[in-house]
Amino acid sequence: MKKTLHIIVLSLLVVLVLVFIYLPVAWLLISSISTRAELLSTPIHWIPQQPTLQNYINIFSPAQGTSEVAKTFRITLWNSLLVATSVTFIALVVGSLASYALIRLRFPFRQSMLIGILGTRMIPEISLVIPLYLFATRFGLFNSPVILIITYLSFALPFAIWLMAAFFDTIPVELEDAARIDGCNRIQTLWRIIMPISAPGLVSTGLFVFLTAWDEFFFALILTSTVAAKTVPVAIAEFTGRYVVDVGGMMTGGVLAAIPPVLLSLIFQRYIVSGLTAGAVKG
Amino acid sequence: MSPSSHGETMQRKRTLAQQDALVGFALILPSVLIILGISLQPIISTLYLSLFESSRGINAERTFIGFANYTTFLSDPVFWITIGRTLYFTLVSVGLELVLGLAIAQLIHTHPPGWQFLRTSLIIPWAVPTIVNGTMWRWIYNADYGAMNGLLLQLGIIDKYIPWLTKPNVAMNLVILADLWHSVPFIALILQAALATLPADLEEAAAVDGANALQRFLLVRLPLLRPAILVALVIRTVEAFRVFDIIYVITNGGPAYSTVTISFLTYLEMFSFGHVGRGSALSFLISLFTLIMAFIYIRMLYRPEEKL
Repeated sequence: MKKTLHIIVLSLLVVLVLVFIYLPVAWLLISSISTRAELLSTPIHWIPQQPTLQNYINIFSPAQGTSEVAKTFRITLWNSLLVATSVTFIALVVGSLASYALIRLRFPFRQSMLIGILGTRMIPEISLVIPLYLFATRFGLFNSPVILIITYLSFALPFAIWLMAAFFDTIPVELEDAARIDGCNRIQTLWRIIMPISAPGLVSTGLFVFLTAWDEFFFALILTSTVAAKTVPVAIAEFTGRYVVDVGGMMTGGVLAAIPPVLLSLIFQRYIVSGLTAGAVKG
Repeated sequence: MSPSSHGETMQRKRTLAQQDALVGFALILPSVLIILGISLQPIISTLYLSLFESSRGINAERTFIGFANYTTFLSDPVFWITIGRTLYFTLVSVGLELVLGLAIAQLIHTHPPGWQFLRTSLIIPWAVPTIVNGTMWRWIYNADYGAMNGLLLQLGIIDKYIPWLTKPNVAMNLVILADLWHSVPFIALILQAALATLPADLEEAAAVDGANALQRFLLVRLPLLRPAILVALVIRTVEAFRVFDIIYVITNGGPAYSTVTISFLTYLEMFSFGHVGRGSALSFLISLFTLIMAFIYIRMLYRPEEKL
């Protein structure tokens, strides 16, 4: 009897947490498939009487009369993808080499370099933004995806080095010694032995870097001004700034911006949990 | 190993060490150059800019004033109010996050029906981009059509729609609620993973010794969780202290500056008021705070007795 009661209470708590998680998301989805009239009705239509995919159609095949923001949203999705993918690629290649050296090779100042790199990861973006802005305008990079790729590396690279370091640390040294006895030099060992078994580490590091870059808002807000380089978060924030708020479009934008990171995280959830415990943080 | 080949081996070891150092520097050089260029140089520039009076925008001329930008803050009530507000946000949100996150982790650990589904679900709020999270809650809080008003009215808790975000003392707490939706699952994920690795025999031994459930939790489990809790605590404190994105979308600092935190004030000084010098000084203070927290964090992650 006491045990049944115990299970009922615990189950209720589980339901409570699930409601807290899913209720806002459900409302986001419902708002994205509601008509403008239903969104602005009182009392609220919790379930839309005439669900519509018009908001999605507006974004993906812009016809006449759709809002400018919805039209440009597609381009900003592309910008986000381009920037986040490039940053992830560069951070993985450059970062994993540095990380391997820091963990495995003996050379002067190794320890202080590792600590220094960990430290730069914590520098807030707002402390870097003015000099980076001046740099961007001087070299004609303002409002270009290139400046976003460069500036995003300020957090992505130390982050990648850190995560890969935690991973390389778990690879047994004996494996490398064996390769060297077989006549491999350091570079060959790294390429033929270490990289293949580091695949899981590279996947989880790549995932965290991609999610962080996809999420980034502040640099994009300051360093871009038109659709030439604007990213999705900036485009969504702009929906709210307009005088006439297109709520349906805004919510649809939100759903589309959330789909890639949520899907990736669910597919690779194993890596997420192990990455989090290794001290990874997207924030 | 024969004595004659001993010298040869030493020789070989030495060249290997030299080769290691060379390869090491070559592998690390690109990263070091990038970090010097886009992190170290800019932060030193910001420190330099903070020593100037420059209040007519980024490209205007400036006058050297030493540490005056810093000393004026000390006597500026707006600065102290903003610090207080930032601390309120940080303490309330991190405090609630830890308590709720620990509770959810604990709940999952008891494996009630549906715990695996719950664990997977925690990933969703964590993965939703911050700006989407903010936009979603802003729409929920909407005065005229928001879901919160709709729900509270139907439940009979309020009798007419309330413009929540126009109330200074309410707005900050609603921003905190939106932030909790994102970070409680994050803390819960970290702590449930930590809980899963704890040895069960210690608690069993405590139970045999007559410790009740609460005692076992407080005296055995909590101390074992301490490292994971500390890591989560420091990370979240740093993030909460520099909160910007979610405030930008939900309240944009309003109403009446009641949600302006230290990062938001820095943003306003730099980009709305054109006070580049003052803004730089503020941003440097945020960095300093972060640096101290980073130091604590690194000390915690890499204890002296452990190898790097």
